[in-house]
Amino acid sequence: MKIQKSHLNLSNFFEKGEKFMKKCLVLLTTLLALSTSLFANGTNEKKADEVYFLNFKPEVAEVYTNEIAPAFEEETGIKLKVVTAASGQYAQTLKSEMAKSNPPAIFQTNGPIGLAADKEKAMPLSDTKFYSILGDKSMALQIDGEPAAIPYAVEGYGIIYNASIMQKYFDLSSKKTNVNSIEEINNFETLKMVVEDMQAQKEKLGIKGVFASTSMSAGNDWRWQTHLVNVPLWAEFKEMKGYNSIIEAGLAASDSSFKYSDNYKALFDLYLNNSTVISTLIGAKSVDDSMAEFALGQCAMVQNGNWGAGQILGIPSNKVAKDDIKFIPLYMGLDGEESQGLCVGTENYLCINNDVSSQAQANADEFLYWLFASDTGKKFVQEKLGFITPFNTFSEDEMPSDPLAKDVIKWMNKDGVSSVPWAFAAIPSQEFKNNFGADLLQYAQGQMSWKNVVNNYVTNWNLEYKLANN
Amino acid sequence: MQKALKKYFALFALPGLICFAIAFFIPMVMGIILSFCEFSDVTNATWVGLENFKYIFINGEFTDALLFTVKFTLISVISINIISFALALLLTRDVPATNVYRTIFFMPNLIGGIVLGWIWQIILNGYLLKYQVTLVTDPKYGFWGLVILMNWQNVGYMMIIYIAGIINIPRELVEAAQIDGANKRTTLFNVTIPSIMPSITICSFLTLTNGFKLFDQNLALTNGGPGKTTEMLALNIFNTFYGRVGFEGVGQAKAVVFTIFVATLALTQLHFTRKREVEA
Repeated sequence: MKIQKSHLNLSNFFEKGEKFMKKCLVLLTTLLALSTSLFANGTNEKKADEVYFLNFKPEVAEVYTNEIAPAFEEETGIKLKVVTAASGQYAQTLKSEMAKSNPPAIFQTNGPIGLAADKEKAMPLSDTKFYSILGDKSMALQIDGEPAAIPYAVEGYGIIYNASIMQKYFDLSSKKTNVNSIEEINNFETLKMVVEDMQAQKEKLGIKGVFASTSMSAGNDWRWQTHLVNVPLWAEFKEMKGYNSIIEAGLAASDSSFKYSDNYKALFDLYLNNSTVISTLIGAKSVDDSMAEFALGQCAMVQNGNWGAGQILGIPSNKVAKDDIKFIPLYMGLDGEESQGLCVGTENYLCINNDVSSQAQANADEFLYWLFASDTGKKFVQEKLGFITPFNTFSEDEMPSDPLAKDVIKWMNKDGVSSVPWAFAAIPSQEFKNNFGADLLQYAQGQMSWKNVVNNYVTNWNLEYKLANN
Repeated sequence: MQKALKKYFALFALPGLICFAIAFFIPMVMGIILSFCEFSDVTNATWVGLENFKYIFINGEFTDALLFTVKFTLISVISINIISFALALLLTRDVPATNVYRTIFFMPNLIGGIVLGWIWQIILNGYLLKYQVTLVTDPKYGFWGLVILMNWQNVGYMMIIYIAGIINIPRELVEAAQIDGANKRTTLFNVTIPSIMPSITICSFLTLTNGFKLFDQNLALTNGGPGKTTEMLALNIFNTFYGRVGFEGVGQAKAVVFTIFVATLALTQLHFTRKREVEA
């Protein structure tokens, strides 16, 4: 009897335990099931009041996410989602984002070649507020006669120099040249003389080298395979008759002879041999490294554009004064280079996605108009983003105040000097640029002769042109 | 118990099967179909038949990448397996604190591909600075850099598998060998290794496929530089996809060829090592 009783007690206990466990399980699963509705808002619903912008410029990514997005949401109630692609990875990121169910409403394209790849995705913009504020309507890229891509930042690049280090050189008693001011450097001959003398006396000037490192680590060779080669390309395409613009001529060029390769080599060698590092080490240097060297006063010159102002002035413990950074053009010994200006153009066009909902397209237009026409937006553009814009909504004193942008505008308006347009927009493919950059690195490391670099350039241009136009 | 298994087998296997289908099977089928198409992203494809496959060998890139990958995989399979087996032997003895060492050797495996490649790039470039060169000065620096990286990351993982195999060798076998007068070397080659053949099968398979599929570390360490001389197959496929407009189909075709190649190789290897497995 006793045993039976205790048996009963035990089994009761177990039964109660089981029931309790079952109840807990049921409760837990119900809670989980209910809570999925919390997560349901995540990715499936198309946000009606959100604008997704895929940004190209990593140097201002934080300005968009930390300052512009909250301000825009406050004023209009529309959320701004900004995703920034890593340097050199925009095309890849754009492709994968486009295939998703919530693709970017605003995306960037780099010119006629880039637009051709995305032409089904680019919405015609003639009815948008964004198009209406473009000053020079001919700057928009067209598809079938309709404007589809609008430039938003005109930029210029050349050789950025540190005026106080240059002045130190001009005041040196031991200098071997007769040059006394930067204005006297208006051709390659003089530039070469000054640079080589400065390099020989670098200890006296307190620098590690005249030029910052010619950075060529992966994804960082664009300054040479695109920007520097722009000048010989412009000189070559200029000579083609019967075209309305340099870009039109370039896009029709099935062959490029690299006619001015010697001029390119002259300036490239100057960069390599008068630098802060020897040329065998440039494969490990990035553009950030070069800009940091300039910002810390370790060199006197660096080839880059006005977008780099933030990188120079924003580095903590930078030693360069705001008024000390200015440009000189990329002199390489071409005829008439005394009237050659900075390379000015744009590779920054914005498109609105054809494949998003019309509400999303309207929101996209709303954001772009707000950014480039409203007072809050324009202030951001001027002070934080530093864009020189082609929009008629900006008065003269609303142009960016950073020293490099100011200098680009000065060079654009200088008498007797005309800017070099961005002919590199006509380069047939990214693959061409990658191969050219790889060859330049091998040349710099002493592993390839310049003759082979030129031969590869010519062969590859023709091959890539055929592949792009078959 | 058997009845319960039969009844609920499908239900329990379902989540795993769904994940497998979504993450692996469906993309693979889509990929094979897309390799016969011209497309700019996965939603707008037009059929072009074998056109893409003709462009695979347009320049020597694919074959060069293949040769480089084969060389790399061969060396890393051999080195990883020998080193990890040696470590496993060491750490299955009666020495104190083997667990601590096992943990330490395993930890490198926890670091992901891109970060690992980036860190090793900094370390190796820092070392090569002494000789005034960089990782991209010569393809052999990139090659050996990748081999070192691969070994560092995978030795711990394979070691764990070998340790499990060694621990499971029946005591009686070893004792019987000792009684028969076998010295350490004979025991190793005639008792230990045949008994852990299943572990060797698994480790060879894993190191072989890891070597062929390597992408993150290749991208972060050299990005194929100088030029394309240290570009492995996966990176070559990736670059083909994005390098030129209209070449997405070619990249996909290369991927199909790559899959068939690696699958054949792996299945062959499995067949040969399975044959040599002995039942204890």
